[in-house]
Formats: sequence, C-alpha cells, structure tokens
Amino acid sequence: MASPSKLRIDDVSMTFATPGGPFRALDHVTMEIPAGRFVSLIGPSGCGKSTIFNIAAGLQEPTAGRVLIDGIDATGTIGRVGYMLQKDLLLPWRTLVDNIILGMEIQGVPLRQARETALPLLRRYGLAGFERAYPSALSGGMRQRAALLRTLLFDTDVILLDEPFGALDAQTKLQMQEWLLALWSDFGKTVIFVTHDVEEAIFLSDEVHVMGTRPGRIVETLDVALPRPRLRACTTTPAFTALKERCLELLRLDQAAVGQAA
Amino acid sequence: MALQHTSSSAGGLIEPTARAQDGAPAPARAARRLPVQRDWPAWLIVAIQVGVLVGVIALWQVAADQDWISAFFWSRPSAIYATLKTFFTEGDAWTDIWFTFRSTILGFLIGTTAGSLLGLSFWWSRNYAAIVQPYVICFESLPKLALAPLIVLVFGIGLTSKIAVATALTIVVSTLTTFAGVKAIDPDGERLFYSLGATRLQVFRKLVIPACLPWIISVLRINIGLALTGAVVGEFIASQHGLGRAILYAGQTYDIALVWVAVLVLSTLSVVMYVAVGLLERLLRKGVRS
Repeated sequence: MASPSKLRIDDVSMTFATPGGPFRALDHVTMEIPAGRFVSLIGPSGCGKSTIFNIAAGLQEPTAGRVLIDGIDATGTIGRVGYMLQKDLLLPWRTLVDNIILGMEIQGVPLRQARETALPLLRRYGLAGFERAYPSALSGGMRQRAALLRTLLFDTDVILLDEPFGALDAQTKLQMQEWLLALWSDFGKTVIFVTHDVEEAIFLSDEVHVMGTRPGRIVETLDVALPRPRLRACTTTPAFTALKERCLELLRLDQAAVGQAA
Repeated sequence: MALQHTSSSAGGLIEPTARAQDGAPAPARAARRLPVQRDWPAWLIVAIQVGVLVGVIALWQVAADQDWISAFFWSRPSAIYATLKTFFTEGDAWTDIWFTFRSTILGFLIGTTAGSLLGLSFWWSRNYAAIVQPYVICFESLPKLALAPLIVLVFGIGLTSKIAVATALTIVVSTLTTFAGVKAIDPDGERLFYSLGATRLQVFRKLVIPACLPWIISVLRINIGLALTGAVVGEFIASQHGLGRAILYAGQTYDIALVWVAVLVLSTLSVVMYVAVGLLERLLRKGVRS
C-alpha cells in the first residue's frame, strides 16, 4: 500500500433520473488502486460495477466525485484507460491483426508499425496462424483473447475488464484465467476486473471489492494474500475457501437486505 | 426428436395411468414417413423451361393464324420477329436503348449515392435526424411517379427529366435503408471507439461507414429496377427518344408488334443491368471485408 495510487476513484456518486424517481447507481464509492495491482469487483447485477467502469473510462460523467489517474484529475476524459467490454466487439470486416491494432490506429500510430508490434504478440499469446483470419472464423475463447490483446496494445497503464469471460464455457474460462495471469505478469498493467464469479475473482486478484445494491456501493474489501504465481491447486486451500465463504456471505447478506426492502 | 417419436414404439410417451385405466393396449399409430422431395437433374429443369417457352410461342402463333385470337390486338410471333429485325436495322433501336440506359444508370448512381450520404448524415446528429426523418418518410409514402409530370415540366423533355424521375424513385430507398443501418450499429461498438479516445470523424470512418456498407449494397439491385421504371415513366410523359417512348408511340399507332418488340428489348436491358449490378454487389461485398 506504500506505492502511490495509479487509479483513484474519489468519492464518486452517480444518480440517474428515472420515471420512478432518481436512482442511485453509485453512492460515495472510493477506491485506491496502486500501480500493477490486480483488483476485482464482485457483486450482484445492478450494483453499479459497469457504471464505475464507464466513469473510469470517461464515458459517463459522475454526478459527484472525481477520477484520478497518477494523481491527475481525469474525470470525463476518454482514452486514458483500456476498457474491454463484455462483448468482444471485434469488427467483422477487419482481419484479426487489424482488429487488434485499432487502439494504436486511433492514436495515430502508422499502420505498418502498429502491425509490426501486434504480429509477434498474436503469435506469442495463442493466436498464431489466425493473424489474417476474420473474426467469424474464430472460437469464443480466441475472440476474447483478441479483444484482450486489443486492450493491451492500446498501451495504457490501467485496463478495465468487464466480465470478459462471462460468456465462455467452464473449461475455456479456466484456460483464459491462467492466460490472463500470464499476460498480466508479462505486461505489468494495473487491472480492474469485474465478474460474477467469486472463485474467478479470488483466483485472479490481489484484492476483491465486494459490492452491494441499492444504492451501489462497496461493502467490504478483501485482501487476497495467496502467493503468486498461483496454480489451480490453490483454489482448494483453506485460505482460499475461507475467502470464498466470506465473499459469498457478504453477497448473501446483500441479497437478504434487498429481499426485506422489497 | 419428433421423427424418433413417430418411428419408435407407439404409445411410448403415453402416461402410465392412462394405460392402466383402459387395460387394453393403445391402438397402433399409422407409420408415417418424412415427406421427401427428390430434385430433378438441372438439364431436365432447363429442358422443361425451354419447352414451356417454345410451346407458348408456338401456341400463340397457331392461335393467331387460326383466328382464335385477334392478330390485330395480340400480333403474332412471326410479325414480332420481323419488326424486331426492322427495329434494329432501320429503326431507332440503338438510340432508344442508349437513351433509356443512360437515364437509368445516371438516376441510379445519383439516387443511390445521394441517398446513402443522406442516410449516413443522420448519424452525426440525433436532433437533425429527428427533424428530417418525418419529411423523408412523407416523401417515401408519396407515390413518386405521380410527381413525374411535374418533374418533366420543370426539367424539360430531354434526358434530365428522366434522370430526375429515376433519382426520385431511388433516393428514398437508399436513405431509409442506410439510416436503418446507422440505427443498427451496436452502441457498445461506439463506446469501444470512444474508450480508445477516438474522435467523431474516426468513429464515422472506421465504424459507421463500414458497418453501413452492407446495407447500402443491399439496395443496389432494388434501385436499378426502380431507376429503370422511373426512366420509362419519364419517357411516357414526354420524350423524343427511349424505349418507353417507343412503346407509347407504337401503342398510339396500333403497331402492336412494335409494342412487343420494345417491351422485349426493355426486358433484356433490365435483365442485363440487373445481372451487372448483381455482379457489382458480389464484388463490393468481397471488397468490404478487406
């Protein structure tokens, strides 16, 4: 915690006007994320996870509060963080390599140079032989890999991953988690990861923020003090199980509170 | 699944209680097979197609020769063939074809291009789109051919008025289809671009245009037909050349064989242009991917 914070979500609140009155999507959320950390957000649907991401990426202005990157106010500015949405959003008319360089291309990197940067990465990270393929020819797992590489190649220190593996089958999901950890240790990015899957959150992260609904807020932050590099076997250790129990309990409590309110 | 049920033992799905009450076995179900259509070989299909054509023409000729139908109103294939030869050797066939072809192609190009650009322009401003949209829809529901006499008055009896009618018919289809393409763009795609720090122009060039191209291309074949209709109607109203004028003129002078000849040539022109645009469409679809 001694390292300076890379990304700071500073007392952010977000209220949407709805026909049924104002809806508080986020209520005084503060997060401090040091450089190089892997942090997960977990919580039930409607707890504002995606709203946090939209605000951090500058796609929405918060009702109150600020987003600080390296201590500089970045509220409402786009292009500061890499953002991978739930869908892979690969452009069907572009080849894989041309999809992956999209971020660089938009930032004005010459095409040839961008492709030269992208090609070795494609090969190293499991997409060899598909450089010139169109997205329609790829499996779900490969499409997600491509989308993630596109986010990495955009070359920002912070990347936001919004349920990237949510739509994958269980087997592919496990492979992708290990692949992501390898990538993370290679690139040294600061990662914020949204998921519904408690085990996924703990396995990947240094820190898990458990969120609650109505209003969306952070209920508790759990430190994951498991050693790295992590192997799949660590998911059966008592420490892991205890963290998982605690997470599930927090989520259950929130659901119970919602049930009472309704 | 359904197939398996019908072919497996009858009554396999009946609830046990129902069977226990009757005591008697359920009546056997009729064995039914999946209806299968067998495809005839391609040469047979073509042979029959040609046969039907030849048969109809032969019947027409015989019927006219035997006075079963009035040769004055219906003409006869032999007379039509003779007129066709004269039309090309002594008549204005090539002038008329060239005239109609030019107005169709120009109307098609102008209408499709302008319509596509108009449709794309709606992406830039929701407010502007909201203001303009009712007018576009009004113009769409308006029978544009009803405006043809006015168009001919304004643009004269030359080529320009035919191009204008063809443009009026094609522009709206392109506008609305392209706008539908704009509306079908996944908002998350735009969010991705903006999260990468894109400008509006970059989103337009790298997302909106490529995403709308298949929509724009899908209209081409409809539009070539519409443009030809527009050109011919323009010629019906007032013209000195064109296949439409040839048909009108022949009809007014009771030269029924010439009516048939002009219709035949017009159909041929239509098929040729339709096939050409079909090829263009396939070419463009391939180009869009790279």
